[in-house]
Amino acid sequence: MLIAENILLALTGLKSNKMRAFLTMLGIIIGIASVIAIMTVGNSLNTSVASSMHEMGADNLTVGLKKKSNGGEVTAEGMRFGAGNRRAMTEQDYITDEMLDAFKDAYGEKIDTLSISESAGSGTAEDGQLSANVSMTGVNEGYLEINKLTLLAGRSLTERDQKEGRKVAVVSNKLVDKLFGGDYDAALENTVDINIGNRYYGYTIVGIYKYDEDAVFMSESEEDIVTEVYLPLKAAKSQNHSEEGYTQFTVVTAAGTDNNSFMEDIKYFFNVYYTRNENYEINVTSMKDMMEEMTKMLSTISIAISIIAGISLLVGGIGVMNIMLVSITERTREIGTRKALGASNGSIRLQFITEAIVICLTGGFIGIVLGLLLGTAATSLLGYEAAASMGSIVFSVGFSVLIGVFFGYYPANKAAKMSPIEALRYE
Amino acid sequence: MSNMLNHAADTANDGAGGTNREIMLELKNIRKSFYVNQPNELEVLHGLDLKVYKGEFISIVGASGSGKTTLMNIIGILDRPTDGCYHLDGLDVEKAKDKELSKIRNKKIGFVFQTYNLVARTSALKNVELPMLYGGMAKKERNRRAKELLSLVEMEDRMSHNPDELSGGQKQRVAIARAMANDPSIILADEPTGALDSKTGRMIMDIFHKLHKEQNKTIILITHSEELAAETERIITMKDGEITGERRKETC
Repeated sequence: MLIAENILLALTGLKSNKMRAFLTMLGIIIGIASVIAIMTVGNSLNTSVASSMHEMGADNLTVGLKKKSNGGEVTAEGMRFGAGNRRAMTEQDYITDEMLDAFKDAYGEKIDTLSISESAGSGTAEDGQLSANVSMTGVNEGYLEINKLTLLAGRSLTERDQKEGRKVAVVSNKLVDKLFGGDYDAALENTVDINIGNRYYGYTIVGIYKYDEDAVFMSESEEDIVTEVYLPLKAAKSQNHSEEGYTQFTVVTAAGTDNNSFMEDIKYFFNVYYTRNENYEINVTSMKDMMEEMTKMLSTISIAISIIAGISLLVGGIGVMNIMLVSITERTREIGTRKALGASNGSIRLQFITEAIVICLTGGFIGIVLGLLLGTAATSLLGYEAAASMGSIVFSVGFSVLIGVFFGYYPANKAAKMSPIEALRYE
Repeated sequence: MSNMLNHAADTANDGAGGTNREIMLELKNIRKSFYVNQPNELEVLHGLDLKVYKGEFISIVGASGSGKTTLMNIIGILDRPTDGCYHLDGLDVEKAKDKELSKIRNKKIGFVFQTYNLVARTSALKNVELPMLYGGMAKKERNRRAKELLSLVEMEDRMSHNPDELSGGQKQRVAIARAMANDPSIILADEPTGALDSKTGRMIMDIFHKLHKEQNKTIILITHSEELAAETERIITMKDGEITGERRKETC
C-alpha cells in the first residue's frame, strides 16, 4: 500500500522535473541501451550463423594447402618471417586425384562425400542485349550434394558429365529470368554464352536451380546480383587450362565419425605426400572451428562493450545518488513534516529508495527500447534477422533495480536519520 | 504518585466548571539543554511543570527566545527533554523507544505549523490522507475520512488542488484537517495565524474554537500575540525558559 503510494509520488516527482530526471537517467539509458543493443546483435548473429553453419554442415572438414611456416628466419625479437617468402603455388603442389583415391581407400568408412570445387572466373552471360552477372564454378557430384540446391527444372550434373568434361551448366532461375524472360523450357538445352575477359565460352543449360535470396550478405540491386553457374569440374579445369589437381576440397564425414581425431588423421595422411615439399603442407579446418572462432570474436566484442556499458552504468548510478542527495536537501522540510505526521524512519527510507528505483527503472526501460531499436537497426544493416535476447532484457530490468537500491540506499538512509526538529527548521 | 494525584485534583477543583477533569498531559520538572557535556552547554528550559486537561484550549505565550518552541517540540515528541517526566494521555513518553515515538506522534498529536508545511506536488486530499497512510489505514477509509475532514474546514471543493494552487488561509485549513486525521489527543498549533492577514487569521481561529467546542479537542496554541491568547481558556506565559504566569480567561 505504502509502496504503491511511493511509486506514484516518485513518478509525480519525475514528471514535475523532466529535464533533471532525463539528465539523471542518461547514464543508465546509455548503459542499458548499449548492453541490449550488443546483446541483440550478438544473439541475432549467433542464431543465424549457427543456422547457416548447420545448413552448410558444421561437421564438414575443409582440407587445403597452406604455406609452410616453420624453417623461416627467426629474428632476435622472435618474429618469424619466411612464410611470406614461399614461392607461388604451382601444379606440383596440388592435391592429385591419386591422393584422393588413396584417401578414399584408406578412410572409406569415415567419409560420406568429398566435395571439390574450382573457380572458373566470373563474367557476364550474354544473349544479344540481355546480360546477367555470373561466377563460374567447376564442381564435382559431392559438391552439389552438400550444397543442397533446389532444382526447379532440368537435371543436375551427372557422373558422365563429370567424366567427359561436357560443356554443360546448371544455372540459377535469376539468370533464366534475365536472359529467357523466366521461360524454363526455352532455357533448357539452350546454349548460354559467357563472356570472361572478352573471351566467350558456350555451355548448354541442363538444369535450373532456385537462387537462395537469404544467402545474400550485403543487399545488392537486382541487376548486380551475381549468380553461380555450375560446371562439371573437368570442364572448368579445361577452361582454366590447368592440370589435374586441386588446392582444396571438403570432406563430409559419415555419421558417427569423431571429427577431431579424423582431422588429425587426414592431416597426417596427406602430409606424407608433402614431407619433401619445402613450401606447402596440408591444413585441415572444420566449420565448427570457424564457428567457434566467430563466436569467440563476438563474445570478445560483447565483453568490450559490456565493460563500457558497466562504466556507464556506474557513472549513471553515481548520478542518481547525487541527484537523490540534492533532492533530499531540497525536501528537508518535507521530510521533517512527514516525520511530524508520524512517518517512521523506515517509511522515509522506503520512500527515497523507491524514488531511486523508479528513476533507474524508467531509465532502464528507455534504455531497453532504445537498445532494441539500435540492435535491430544494426542487425538488419548487417543483413540478418533481428532476435532480441530475452535474457538481457530481464537482466537489464533487474540490474536497474539493483542500481536504484545500491545508489539510493545512502541518500535514503540520510533522509531517514534526519532529526525532525532540524528538518522542520531548515530554510 | 499520590502527591501527583492530589495536585491534579487541586487544580481540577479550582479549574473552570469545577468538575473533576482527566489529565491529558503532564510535564514535571522538564529541563532541556543543548550541547550537553560540551563547554558551551546551554539550558533553555529550567524545570517546567505543566498540566493540560482533556478538552482544554490553552495558549502558551512568550517572546521569541523564551523557549516556547522548544517546549512545543517536547510536547509534540519531536524532541526528548534532557531531564524530567512527561506523560501524554496516560503514556510514559520517557520510556518509549525511538521507534515508538513516530507511532505516538502519528496517533496522538496533530501539528499545525506557521508555514503550513503541506507536502508539495500532493493534492489537499492526499495531504490529509498522509497521517492515515502512515497509520496504516485502508485506502477507502482514508479517502472517506479525508473528504469528511476537508468539508469540516470547508475545503471540500478544492481538495484536488496542489498546495501551490491554494491561498495561505486555504493551506492552513488543509493543514488543520490533516492535523485532525487520526483523531489525535491534542492539537499543537505553532503560530498558526502568524503568516496570515487578520481576516484569514480570524477564520483559522474560528475553526480552532469550533473544533474545541464541537469535538471537545484539546488544543495548545503557541503564539506571541496576547490578543489571540486572550481567546483561550488558560494562558501560560513563558520567559527565559520558565513559566512565569498562568491566567484564566476573565469571562466565561
